[in-house]
Amino acid sequence: MPEVQVLVNEIVSKLQKRKIEGANVTARLTAELLRTVISQQKVPPTNQAAALIEVIRDIGEQLIAANPSELAVGNIVRRILFIIREVELSFVTNTVEGLKLSSEDDDIDNCQVVSAGAAISVRGHLHAPSLHALLDRTTDTATTCHPSALRDGYTGQAEKNARSSKLKRDVIEAVNELIEDINTCHEQIADHAVELIHQNEVILTLGHSRTVMEFLCAAKEKKRSFRVYVAEGAPMYQGQLLAKELVARGLQSTVITDSAVFAMISRVNMVIVGVHAVMANGGIIAPVGSNMVALAAKKHGVPYVVVVGTHKLCPLYPNNPEVLLNNMRSPSELLSFEEFSDFMDYRVGNGAPLLHVVNPLFDYVPPELVNLFITDLGGYSSSYIYNLINDYYSAEDLIMQQKY
Amino acid sequence: MDTRRAPRTVIDPKVRHVGFFAPPERSHSGPPDPISSSPPLTDVSPSGNSLSPVMIPPPRHSSDNLLMHCRQVPLPLTPASPLRRESVAAGSYNPSEFFPSAMSPTASSYASKMVGDGQFSDGMPSPGRGTRGNFGKVASSFPRGGFDLTAMKASSVPASELTTVSVLNVAPGIPEKGGGSVVDVKKDRAPSSKPLKEKTSKAERRALQEAQRAAKAAAKVEGSKAPASGAVNSVNPKPAKVVKPQQKVDNASVAASEKKGGDRPPEKERKKDVPHPRMQYDDQSRVEKAKRRSVVKQMEARNRVELFRHLPQYEHGTQLPDLEAKFFQLDPMHPAVYKVGLQYLSGDISGGNARCIAMLQAFQEAIRDYSSPPEKTLVRDLTAKISSYVSFLIECRPLSISMGNAIRFLKNRIAKLPLTLSELEAKASLQSDIDRFISEKIILATNVIIKHAVTKIRDGDVLLTYGSSSAVEMILLHAHELGIQFRVIVVDSRPKLEGQRLLRRLVGKGLNCTYTHINAVSYIMHEVSRVFLGASSVLSNGTVYSRVGTACVAMVAHAFRVQVLVCCEAYKFHERVQLDSICSNELGDPDVISKIPCREEINYLDGWANSGNLQLLNLIYDATPSDYVSMIITDYGMVPPTSVPVIVREYGREQLWI
Repeated sequence: MPEVQVLVNEIVSKLQKRKIEGANVTARLTAELLRTVISQQKVPPTNQAAALIEVIRDIGEQLIAANPSELAVGNIVRRILFIIREVELSFVTNTVEGLKLSSEDDDIDNCQVVSAGAAISVRGHLHAPSLHALLDRTTDTATTCHPSALRDGYTGQAEKNARSSKLKRDVIEAVNELIEDINTCHEQIADHAVELIHQNEVILTLGHSRTVMEFLCAAKEKKRSFRVYVAEGAPMYQGQLLAKELVARGLQSTVITDSAVFAMISRVNMVIVGVHAVMANGGIIAPVGSNMVALAAKKHGVPYVVVVGTHKLCPLYPNNPEVLLNNMRSPSELLSFEEFSDFMDYRVGNGAPLLHVVNPLFDYVPPELVNLFITDLGGYSSSYIYNLINDYYSAEDLIMQQKY
Repeated sequence: MDTRRAPRTVIDPKVRHVGFFAPPERSHSGPPDPISSSPPLTDVSPSGNSLSPVMIPPPRHSSDNLLMHCRQVPLPLTPASPLRRESVAAGSYNPSEFFPSAMSPTASSYASKMVGDGQFSDGMPSPGRGTRGNFGKVASSFPRGGFDLTAMKASSVPASELTTVSVLNVAPGIPEKGGGSVVDVKKDRAPSSKPLKEKTSKAERRALQEAQRAAKAAAKVEGSKAPASGAVNSVNPKPAKVVKPQQKVDNASVAASEKKGGDRPPEKERKKDVPHPRMQYDDQSRVEKAKRRSVVKQMEARNRVELFRHLPQYEHGTQLPDLEAKFFQLDPMHPAVYKVGLQYLSGDISGGNARCIAMLQAFQEAIRDYSSPPEKTLVRDLTAKISSYVSFLIECRPLSISMGNAIRFLKNRIAKLPLTLSELEAKASLQSDIDRFISEKIILATNVIIKHAVTKIRDGDVLLTYGSSSAVEMILLHAHELGIQFRVIVVDSRPKLEGQRLLRRLVGKGLNCTYTHINAVSYIMHEVSRVFLGASSVLSNGTVYSRVGTACVAMVAHAFRVQVLVCCEAYKFHERVQLDSICSNELGDPDVISKIPCREEINYLDGWANSGNLQLLNLIYDATPSDYVSMIITDYGMVPPTSVPVIVREYGREQLWI
């Protein structure tokens, strides 16, 4: 399907050139792209899910490789894979249950039992295990089987049901829901605002995040009056943009330089920030400067609250995130090239330049500095994040093999 | 007249008693030798033939002072500085110059207020109390006021005949003072201290009022009190006779100042040492007052940040052209001072040391061109002048703490000018004092800091510095010259971007540099082995008061277990304490926040400054808690932040008097 590949290539190149950045945008674009891929994908009559997964994985790898620091792309790819597995699984369990009902008369063949057990075990694997499932599992010998190994076992059986087009339709429906979620997560998060912001509160934020803006405005609409300090967030100065938007909505805001964060934090009641990604351990990848703010907040006992949509929830554990999950931006944002061009030539004996400019885009904030996550599902502490991962991702998809 | 003279003679014993308490003085009871710089105790010696050592006066604080200082007198007396010797040598000086000034209405009234005001208001019947109070006041108004007292009394011996003269010529208040003081001393040996207190406070209040009226300058309590001693001495001006006693005064002051390092002053004096509270700009009446006096026309910023109402929030943009236009009209301001003020305003001079040196040099120039008006004494008039300069500079930009210390030093030097000096000599001595302050306290101190700090740099180090500190820059350059292989990370922040200038100079000298902004400090901190920071001041609770962002850098360094070394000359130490960065700070021009240089594409806030809901806050300083600081490198060595109060206490006094 060449037309799909054209679309994929377009987005990949945009990601590579950093034309599209930001978790929301990339997440939505990825989801829409994958939806197109799924709808245009011609699936074989047998083993549809596996074929779909194969295709999505393939495209997902390309997207992730295009900009590894845009973790939202990987999140969406994994979530769509998870959706496919779920949909498929629901078919299997439906079938199995149907079979179970029909096999009341001792006429059960071995294969069915195995597949039924497998279905339950898979479900238990994906969802929080119920007591019933736990009890079932203890009696079942098949639980140790890996679900993917079992798939071949039951597809033959499931195939008998006429459902070839239904799977694709269900998957696309679920992906649509996902896109809807991405678009509306701001409002859902903002619903929590009144419960967390009281009258006369002083709030500090850093940089620009649409989620934060909606969150604050929601509280404002509920007639809460409070004051916002916005750190400007060099070198992007997105904080100024946020301040402008807040002022336009009638909020009292004060722009401060990033260096004044420590001075001001002692008079702040709460820090609310948006993030780039949340890692599985509860640490966050956030705009540069966030770690400084978090340390200052910790020092002064100010709650550090992260507002985040679930699409930013990344199932990976960070390893040296400051370096590996970061982006280096152009030095021209810090030093004007005209002024410092003469210094670019200064070299020491071995030819290494004398002047280096470091301009990272993100900061990693360890989980112990984050007090609360407000997601569209509710509030969680950082120690619970690993548990949320299980609700959205399948363990099989965590490692996306990258082609190098 | 006689009635008045008689008490005069009586006063002498008291003086002698006071002097008498210093045991070794007796040995020096030979006739005072005006020229020699030998033991200054000679001033006390005439009293040696007086009555028995009288009981210590009742435990008023002033008497405590007296006692203490007299005891201290015998300490070794190596002349502290060439300056003082010079003053001694100036004995041939004819004080007739003081004559007119002493007689002039302002000066004399001032003096009378200082010394005799109490009785003047009360009339003769109870003259003693007032004077007593005044004595106490004079003494207590100085950290080392004691020797002034002795000086005055010593001088009163020969001046006894002279009193008549003064009585004849001077306004009625003055003679009463002469007589009154005598009477009081004689009569009230042990009065109940309660009424005394009252009087004191009243007299003091009046004195203060008058001082303010006379010296029309902003909040210069210390300034107005300082000249008191000079005025006191000049009250009984007798050309021929006065010469001798005044030299004794000099000697005494030498002696007294000599020992000040060792001794802790009594409680009251220490209280005087405490800096008076800063001007709070949310105090309407005081702001109004200050405005009326001000030279600079200041416009209040449009959207003030509520939290900082107590700080001046002015627009800076409008002042500069306005002031520049007035350059030739402004009579009271010396052009050098005016120039420095403009440079502060425009930001051409920044950084604690640079500002301090510029200010001192401007004062030096002003002093050189100064000539005291015919009716005034140099000491008093010059102090007032300096005060008016200072308030002008404050209007241009609030003083840094280091500048405040330097001004304190200068005013003390002026107040302590020996009266024997001619105007020319006095000016020369002040100028050399300023030179000495600059070279010893700033330049040499920095050199010492560099020597200490370089020992902390090793091969392979990665040093991080923030902003642009002159001391740190010199440390880095020196270490580079020594051939140590290290790398420097320059962290910078908006809006000043001082780090770029530092970067330019360092790279120009061939240092290997990395440049980044403050937000990335936690990214870069992984590679850092040491953090060197400059400071605007170190407060006595160990808090480092420095350019905004220093606290952030220190905090991140602390979190990453990297040592933080703060380089700060000891003249910047201050006994004030501070816990946060809100109570005392400086606000910069808010407009620079919205303008980002070299990034035209970012103009989110253009045209939004007029919106009532948007405020821009440009803090200049912040306070770094002492727990983030591993070590403070100062000219007295490398100390932990907990040792700062010790340095402030033990050496701070000396600083004022070097």
